[in-house]
Amino acid sequence: MVASVGPISPELVRQHGLTAEEYKRFTDLIGREPTLVELGIVSAMWNEHCSYKSSRLHLKTLPTEAPWVIQGPGENAGVIDIGDGQACVFKMESHNHPSFIEPYQGAGTGVGGILRDVFTMGARPIAALNALRFGSPDHPKTRHLVSGVSAGIGGYGNSFGVPTVGGSVGFHTRYDGNILVNAMAVGLAETDKIFYAKATGVGNPIVYLGSKTGRDGIHGATMASAAFDDESEEKRPTVQVGDPFAEKLLLEACLELMASGSVIAIQDMGAAGLTCSAVEMGAKGDLGVELDLDAVPCREEGMTAYEMMLSESQERMLMVLDPEREEDAEAIFRKWGLDFAVIGKTTDTLRFVVKHGGKTVADLPIKELGDLAPIYDRPHLANTYEPVIAAGSVEPPVSHAEALLKLVGSPDGCSKRWVYEQYDHLIGGNTVSGPGGDAAVVRVEDGPKGLALTTDVTPRYCDADPVEGGKQAVAEAWRNITAVGGLPLAVTDNLNFGNPERPEYMGQFVGCIRGIGEACRALDFPIVSGNVSLYNETNGRGILPTPTIGAVGLVDDVTVRASIPFRREGEAVLVLGTTSGWLGQSLYLREVCGREEGAPPPVDLATERKVGDFVRGLIRSGRLDTVHDCSDGGLAVALAEMAMPNGIGIALEARDMPTTVPLHAFLFGEDQGRYVVTCSSEAMFALRQEATEAGVPNWYLGLTGGDAIVFPGEDGIAVSALKEAHEGWLPAYMSGSAAAPDGDEPPAAEAA
Amino acid sequence: MRAAVLLFPGSNRDGDVARALRRSGAEVSTAWHADTALPEGTDLAVLPGGFSYGDYLRCGAIAARAPIMDAVRAHAARGGLVLGICNGFQILCESGLLPGVLMRNANLRFICHRQSVRVERADTDFTRGYEKGQAIDICVAHGEGNYTADRETLARLEGEGLVAFRYSDGEGRVTEDANRNGSINSIAGIYSPKLNVLGLMPHPENFVDEIVGGTDGKAMFDAMVASRAA
Repeated sequence: MVASVGPISPELVRQHGLTAEEYKRFTDLIGREPTLVELGIVSAMWNEHCSYKSSRLHLKTLPTEAPWVIQGPGENAGVIDIGDGQACVFKMESHNHPSFIEPYQGAGTGVGGILRDVFTMGARPIAALNALRFGSPDHPKTRHLVSGVSAGIGGYGNSFGVPTVGGSVGFHTRYDGNILVNAMAVGLAETDKIFYAKATGVGNPIVYLGSKTGRDGIHGATMASAAFDDESEEKRPTVQVGDPFAEKLLLEACLELMASGSVIAIQDMGAAGLTCSAVEMGAKGDLGVELDLDAVPCREEGMTAYEMMLSESQERMLMVLDPEREEDAEAIFRKWGLDFAVIGKTTDTLRFVVKHGGKTVADLPIKELGDLAPIYDRPHLANTYEPVIAAGSVEPPVSHAEALLKLVGSPDGCSKRWVYEQYDHLIGGNTVSGPGGDAAVVRVEDGPKGLALTTDVTPRYCDADPVEGGKQAVAEAWRNITAVGGLPLAVTDNLNFGNPERPEYMGQFVGCIRGIGEACRALDFPIVSGNVSLYNETNGRGILPTPTIGAVGLVDDVTVRASIPFRREGEAVLVLGTTSGWLGQSLYLREVCGREEGAPPPVDLATERKVGDFVRGLIRSGRLDTVHDCSDGGLAVALAEMAMPNGIGIALEARDMPTTVPLHAFLFGEDQGRYVVTCSSEAMFALRQEATEAGVPNWYLGLTGGDAIVFPGEDGIAVSALKEAHEGWLPAYMSGSAAAPDGDEPPAAEAA
Repeated sequence: MRAAVLLFPGSNRDGDVARALRRSGAEVSTAWHADTALPEGTDLAVLPGGFSYGDYLRCGAIAARAPIMDAVRAHAARGGLVLGICNGFQILCESGLLPGVLMRNANLRFICHRQSVRVERADTDFTRGYEKGQAIDICVAHGEGNYTADRETLARLEGEGLVAFRYSDGEGRVTEDANRNGSINSIAGIYSPKLNVLGLMPHPENFVDEIVGGTDGKAMFDAMVASRAA
């Protein structure tokens, strides 16, 4: 029988992040006062991070199925069929709070955690991506955080040996006290060799693998479930310390062990470590679990049962092994120099029993720990909407050339080379297209097939209109995959929001989910994995709602694809899709006019699909090889990004442009569902005719050539000048020699 | 040509280099760090890129003392070919097979980017497929690639023509801008006195395929295979 160590005070309950009602729910469940270990276990299982208690109700509304989906949400990662007996295993996860407190280790262990989720399923990681959001460039901590996070992501991924092929970096004052580090990993497995967490068989050994358990990361998951305040930096001891070398060994050992046929079930120790992994394996298999903590390999002496159960030491795995293969399995782990210890067994009692020093320190019903976790329908306010800004009401304050120069050299519009050069994006020898493209393209083994990968979200749109913003995040990911010639297959979502107990932030969450669901359904783009990160706020101010969408598409033949740069002079440049000159929430309005306001551009999902399918068809038939989607900064920025790599300019011609849209709105508006493409002048007529017949609006913009971008009625701006501004901002900012954006203008973000 | 790719805990470009070697026609096997002998009939021992032993203590320092390295030293002494790429170059320097050291990059950050290097001599078993002075377009991916050596050693390397590659621009001009990790004399790779051991920081093994960045690295593997074809 479990002996209680003494009364559990309301204060102790509060410190464990449980409400009085949640604590009562727990004592009613077990029919007695819990031990301290049990309180620790339930706090780990029932916090927001592990139980999804505020989000579960809404996540259920998302589409998760398609004929090509092998495993949807609920496992370590999602799995889709990519043909030829191969599966793509992928997921994205946040490590926001730890990265703010200790950026190098926080970001690194974020990468480590997501890689582990992928190889736990039997897949070898073949690519990593990320999505990063930092505070305003003039916030005193931003430089330090950019520097630490970039180095941390590189430090872990480079050593582990996975190419980091894509991502995004953005800045906004609403992330000043709460940055976002979302890491995505993509792996390759055989469809009939996927490993799951579900334990089977009574009396099978439960084996602990990997690094030793230390006191790091205790209550990390509870930290991830609370808002920040000024004392948060005192939580540094709850940030885990990563060892990518140990993870690389764990990867090789696990894959070797899986190939040997001795693994029945496997679960990585992530948030809430041993507790979550053991409970999940048992509960999924309708089995009890008995653990003997005396057998757990520990880094330091005298660790208590409480500490062992809540430690988030990295690079650890839990497995249920075939008892007859135990010796072979141990030999593989010893060869790789890793700890291997039988620490328990499966039982038929449906109890989660933990023993330490000969005493039972926890004895809880295993199914109920997960199934009876609280679930809340949090009150949420209807979203407020900003008014639509008419294009004609915005006067261009500067010439188009000057505006373009400013946009390509702005913190959000500039090249992120300074960051991604710290990531090894070439290891593996399969990076067909790395950072800087619309979507990265990674060849699958020796090809010809490849995966198109991207992460996308436009937080300012989500803030202004959560439903449209949610739709746009999905549509942009779909578009980026389409723009390289990929067929978009599935999504992993990383939902970063403020405090769900505040109805306005819960309203943003609910709105974004609705938009994401609508878009995923309309585009046949199911969600197969994801992660929710709430309580992203500091001193009462929430971050911009940021539902990052990570997506995977299939390129049938990597030699037939499209990329951004203008390749040849004298080619016709067209924009496909509708341009209405939508300036609300545009980068132009914010950076050039100093106004962050208005309704964001709406996404017409039927048109999105029609235009995208048309473009993809042309790429796949080899008729288009130069394609770029229009996003931040609109058409003009898209053209600049196409011009800069090879120094080939374009002279825009007014004759074919719509007369109903003011030129600056045509150039800088952020209407959705558009692609800029080039083709030979001879091919243009037929291509435009086909587009028109398919119902795809199209405009001729001009011919590639020269070394400048020339707008109608203006002198041109040299492509080299654009490039200098584009490449220059981030290195100058990081070296401290330049730049917080103009001090004489009010920070644009204050406007909202 | 029989190539043995050494596998230290933490090696991670072992698969990339094995693939490049096979593509050029080599038979490739693996030698485990704890082994005491190279596979029978090994012509070429390859120390691949990665983070052997986590790069803990100092890059390459622990690997240099692994049991297999005695076999590599003996193989080199017999005139056998040895190729160390990136972490492999660091291990060769730490093990005394090549002189000098690789320090943190001048900017103190890991850097991964396309990089041209100039081929300093085209008469070795590694470089017969190139022209002397040719700039080849490959890449670097390292945090500690900043080569240095004492004055005397440097004079010997330069004097005896043991510099294999230098960081250059696309036209083969050795410029300060092209030398991003800060290496002395822009040195990207060096030979042993008998020209049978080559260490270099850049990664030719990731440039053997037109669709993935280009094929400028392939000639190095072709040359090695051809040198032992007889």
